[in-house]
Amino acid sequence: MIIALLGNPNSGKTTLFNQLTGSKQHVGNFPGVTVEKKEGAIRGQRNLTLVDLPGIYSLSPYTAEEVVTRDFLLVEKPEAVINIVDATNIERNLYLTLQLMEVGVPVVVALNMMDEVRANGDSIDVQKLSRNLGIPIVPISAAKNEGCDELVQRTIEVAHQKERPRGLDLCQGEVHRAVHSIAHIIEEELKATGLPARYAATKVVEGDPITLSKLNLSESQQGIVQKIVTEMEHNLGTDREAALADMRYDFIAKACKDAVKKNGNSREMQRSIRIDNVLTNKYLGIPIFLAVMLLVFYLTFNVIGQPLSDLLSTGIDWVTGLLDRALTNTGINEAVHSLLVDGVCMGVGSVLSFLPTIVTLFFFLSILEDSGYMARVAFVMDKLLRKIGLSGRSFVPMLIGFGCSVPAIMATRTLASQRDRRMTILLTPFMSCSAKLPIYATFTAAFFPDKAPLVLILLYAGGMVVGILYGLLLKSTLFRGNPVPFVMELPAYRMPSAKSVLIHMWEKAKDFLVKAFTIIFVASIVIWVLQSFDSRLMMVEDGSRSMLAGIGRFIAPIFKPLGFGEWIPATALLTGLSAKEAVVSTLAVLTNVSDVSLLPSVLADTFTPLAAASFLTFTLLYMPCFAAVAAVKRELGGAKYAVAAMAAQCAVAWIVACLVYQIGRLFIGG
Amino acid sequence: MTLDQVKVGEHGIIASVGGEGALRRRLLDMGLTPRTRVMVRKVAPMGDPIELNLRGYELTIRLEDAQKIEVTEERA
Repeated sequence: MIIALLGNPNSGKTTLFNQLTGSKQHVGNFPGVTVEKKEGAIRGQRNLTLVDLPGIYSLSPYTAEEVVTRDFLLVEKPEAVINIVDATNIERNLYLTLQLMEVGVPVVVALNMMDEVRANGDSIDVQKLSRNLGIPIVPISAAKNEGCDELVQRTIEVAHQKERPRGLDLCQGEVHRAVHSIAHIIEEELKATGLPARYAATKVVEGDPITLSKLNLSESQQGIVQKIVTEMEHNLGTDREAALADMRYDFIAKACKDAVKKNGNSREMQRSIRIDNVLTNKYLGIPIFLAVMLLVFYLTFNVIGQPLSDLLSTGIDWVTGLLDRALTNTGINEAVHSLLVDGVCMGVGSVLSFLPTIVTLFFFLSILEDSGYMARVAFVMDKLLRKIGLSGRSFVPMLIGFGCSVPAIMATRTLASQRDRRMTILLTPFMSCSAKLPIYATFTAAFFPDKAPLVLILLYAGGMVVGILYGLLLKSTLFRGNPVPFVMELPAYRMPSAKSVLIHMWEKAKDFLVKAFTIIFVASIVIWVLQSFDSRLMMVEDGSRSMLAGIGRFIAPIFKPLGFGEWIPATALLTGLSAKEAVVSTLAVLTNVSDVSLLPSVLADTFTPLAAASFLTFTLLYMPCFAAVAAVKRELGGAKYAVAAMAAQCAVAWIVACLVYQIGRLFIGG
Repeated sequence: MTLDQVKVGEHGIIASVGGEGALRRRLLDMGLTPRTRVMVRKVAPMGDPIELNLRGYELTIRLEDAQKIEVTEERA
């Protein structure tokens, strides 16, 4: 049996999902869209699958999340829906419940945070409210795991008995009349669509484009519908959309009137207002945000994550060394030996050492998210990102991009709309990641030793400027049309639950491990093969005769207009795809330098200073490493999108580097 | 007058919601319907967006969207 879990964002949906299913969850995407779909078996029950639908406020036809949810309810027809409702914010939460009742699926309301309601001295008469709404309600506290067993029992009953919402008339007066008249007119067309009658009629009154196109009404029918709606609008003195929203909120107000007793603002709310006096303060808001991010970065990359990563890579080196000696002892074929040691261990090992950093980063990020602070970040930073058509919510993933693109791209999952997620994923790789620093350091030491800070600032700022321009370009081409409106709830601050944070960290770790052992594993082997063999598949001693160098020679002319059309830099850029640090080590190997510290002096023979500037620009902007590409593929939901995104990014890098070189030549000559 | 003109800490009663498409629907769905009482809680550090209190919760919207919402002043 399939049970769907549905509710507003910040209603405790994820907490309830974790309570009901434990850690055995399957995370994927809904087909064709970048909307997350989580599934898990309900604990202690046989054959009961819980599907976590996206957190939404309404079943409007406008966002990918809402459309996916509608389709799931109407097409997949779950046996029952658990609708989680935040009891401390009941009016707005019930708005979605009413729309579920219109769909007519068997629904149970899980009235969450009842502990807070009681602690505030407020009260909700659950039986009365259930009677007023005509659907079963179970009071729970997901965070304290109270009432969850009753909820599951009641849901099973509802599913078995196919207990649909009692057909209470949600609408009164004018809207009621319109819905009923239209229900008669569309009777025939309705049968073909299989949509619930009441739902379809309401949606036609509302003017819902998806439902209208499904019904495919004749012209005369459309005329009659239009006449009925116009009459309703005229009599109510308002338009169809406002009339229905108004009707739903009116119904909720009536249903709550004798069932919900509330005395002013809750303690949680008062506390949130006090916290916000500091955190979103006119003068302190931005400095505090920057300080928080700095602290997260410092703790992740210096204090916790990096030492753990170093420890892990020491461990991996040790295992690699052990394997190396063991293989030498058995005297195994040289190629196999090299494949295992130089290919698999080095490739996957270097990526695996990122794992602790990523897990640590997501530990902090999920605390910031679950506590409610991320919404405040969006509130404080919104104005900055608006020009490129994004909202403040995209700020944090982009900032993380300066550390590492992989977790940054993974962090876009929390953005509220598909459009924002996709656009943020495309822009994040332009934020220069920390793995590119060794390249910058080597080149500035070789060519611009007196101006190192200036070069670094120019590079980082250049990445941001190109990102902004790329964002403006995307906004006026691929992402044309209205952005998803920035109308966002600022939820009350809450203590994040350890369980949710741990599950979140585990999810991200699993995600990354899967990538490391699939895409990155294959990519490391491919790079190794290309590096170790020549075109006759003989192992090469001299790197300059490998297939990779051959490809480097083949593509080198592409970089001629950029000033470095030689095979060595081209080959180094290719190995940079496995990890950006590899650019430096490849340059060292191919120029026969025994130690990387000696590299700067040799580079001066290969590059002119202007070509070096152009090369730096290209490395700053060209496609990210395979680990990040894998993340892009996962989050964009398809290899073809990832390939297109990477091609576009390489094109941007080529154009900008070309401009740097050619314009530079005009000034300096040469 | 429109919602963006309401001073911080003061209330207004929504008269009508303008705009169109996804934005307008979102405003209505979030409870900004006619006759609803709204308080302007604060303005973001960079002067935009604004934070509202309505129906017992906090909502943030941009000034350009607040301009589309007609309100009447609440008589004390």
